[in-house]
Amino acid sequence: MARLGRSTWDLQQNPVYVAGAGTVAGQVEAQGPLGQDFDIRLDNDRIDDDTWEHSEQRMFSQAVQTAMEKAHVTSEDIDVVVGGDLNAQLTGFYFGTRAFMRPALGVYSACASICESLALGALIVHTGHAQRAIVGTSSHTSTAERQFRYPTEYGAQKPPTAQRTVTGAGAAVLSRASSTIQLTHATIGSVVDYGIKSPWEMGAAMAPAACDTLLQHLRDTGRTFADYDLVVTGDLGHIGLRLLRQLLTERGINPEPERLNDCGALIYDAKQPEVFSGGSGGACCTIVTFGHLFKRLLDGTYKRILVSATGALLSTVSAQQSDTIPGISHAIAFERKDV
Amino acid sequence: MPTWSTFLWAFLVGGAICAVGQILMDSTRMTPGHVMSILVVAGAVADGLGLYDPLIKFAGAGATVPITSFGNALVHGAMLEAQTHGWIGVITGIFEVTSAGISAAIVFAFLAAMFAKPKG
Amino acid sequence: MSLVTKEDRLRYQELVKRERPARRIVRNTVRAFIVGGLICEMGQVIQTLFIRYGHFKPTEAGNPTVAVLIFLAACFTAFGVYDRFAQWAGAGSAVPVTGFSNTMTSAAMEHRSEGLVAGIGGNMFKVSGPVIVYGVVSAFFIALIRYIIEHL
Repeated sequence: MARLGRSTWDLQQNPVYVAGAGTVAGQVEAQGPLGQDFDIRLDNDRIDDDTWEHSEQRMFSQAVQTAMEKAHVTSEDIDVVVGGDLNAQLTGFYFGTRAFMRPALGVYSACASICESLALGALIVHTGHAQRAIVGTSSHTSTAERQFRYPTEYGAQKPPTAQRTVTGAGAAVLSRASSTIQLTHATIGSVVDYGIKSPWEMGAAMAPAACDTLLQHLRDTGRTFADYDLVVTGDLGHIGLRLLRQLLTERGINPEPERLNDCGALIYDAKQPEVFSGGSGGACCTIVTFGHLFKRLLDGTYKRILVSATGALLSTVSAQQSDTIPGISHAIAFERKDV
Repeated sequence: MPTWSTFLWAFLVGGAICAVGQILMDSTRMTPGHVMSILVVAGAVADGLGLYDPLIKFAGAGATVPITSFGNALVHGAMLEAQTHGWIGVITGIFEVTSAGISAAIVFAFLAAMFAKPKG
Repeated sequence: MSLVTKEDRLRYQELVKRERPARRIVRNTVRAFIVGGLICEMGQVIQTLFIRYGHFKPTEAGNPTVAVLIFLAACFTAFGVYDRFAQWAGAGSAVPVTGFSNTMTSAAMEHRSEGLVAGIGGNMFKVSGPVIVYGVVSAFFIALIRYIIEHL
């Protein structure tokens, strides 16, 4: 394993591949522009009339199950499960994966958790400490709403900078066995705080972290934006994406419009009800990447992509105590290997 | 009995109080909870100055329906009780007049929770 | 990347402010005015009906009126439509007593999953608490001050 620069892991020496991925999408996500790219599409965010929390846990479980099926493995073949979600104490991840009874490592970096999970899962496989790892995250619009904001039926008017937490779950099997999609690099982000306080402006809170990680990745690898067919951030939303472009421009970097995008901006259509400035949540980057982007890698549209999930590291208490919102972003590079 | 003008002013005054709330919500960083608290206190202050009762006579439901009337009713209850029982009435009388609102809200909220699940 | 300086932070916050979509204050205020006015108008009609047919005195008719409006708001909340309506109407739905009912009903419904006592009972006032607390505290001081002034 080689370390590039300050923060990037080069995982190409002992290559790590994506053996299969599964995605579960909630009602609004399934009806969105990427709906056809998700494996399981729910018509109701509440599964079998159970609680929001149990519904999210079941989505997580379904995503893991689907990923294993597509990778043609069973749970006995999995050596470690790495993942997270937005619920307190990671109940989405732990309860959602307990049925599989595999060694588990829960991690948290808010909506950047999927890239944190991918980095760590890939590292464990790369160093030979696991033959196969499952990585995954989930989120649910109602569990996030009731935990971080208000009861879901409460009529508080949200501003246009708000984002809608994605309901869904995604999981991927990582393995040393050769496959089409290779995970080549991981860049670990630092906590970046530019003093944004409003929980309604998470895109603005996270954009500096995305900028920091993307630039660090390019610096560490010696690459430029042009080396990637697509660079996506996790959930900056439309406004956060605009801010990121400005931050990059200030530093002399101007990627073409179609080369830089955001999963939160891709997942919803503006005409859908109450999506405001785009999607967010632990599953936003996950299901867009594992569903939509992986399909584009497999069908040849893209050869090399960089996915930089972004997280807003606030808590309900920190927001109420008027603390600022630090952000973090971890980046993963995927490449199509023609097998 | 309310007259035609009461019906007109109910709309205008009620709308105006809501408009003030909306302006506060949009031009400051205040949450709805903050704005409602301010309006309640405003209603209490208005009654303290003797301004809210004339507003009720004039605008009817335009003054009794907004949350400001809650503040007004709290002060009313306190003052009424203080008139009959002295200064201790300021504490003992507060909820006397507002009982309808609070009781109804609790009971109906409870029933709704028993019979309906949130749809998200 | 070097450490973030205070100037970097302030410059970014200025950028955020520039990019922040302006809240459509005029549009929202007009909506709030109309919806709030209509809800109060509905209250006026209900109040008049209580006076004429319910044999309530004009000074007392406010109470059952408020109860009816609270009931209606609780119903709409239970059907899952109040929050959609409120996103459009803003303060027009939040400021009338219907908004107060919605805060209590939505909190009670949401936390039913945590049980009857800790869930419904322990969370019902979660969102409406400030209104009650500050209403009572301010009423106490105002009434006290008035009492003192009147009895000086």
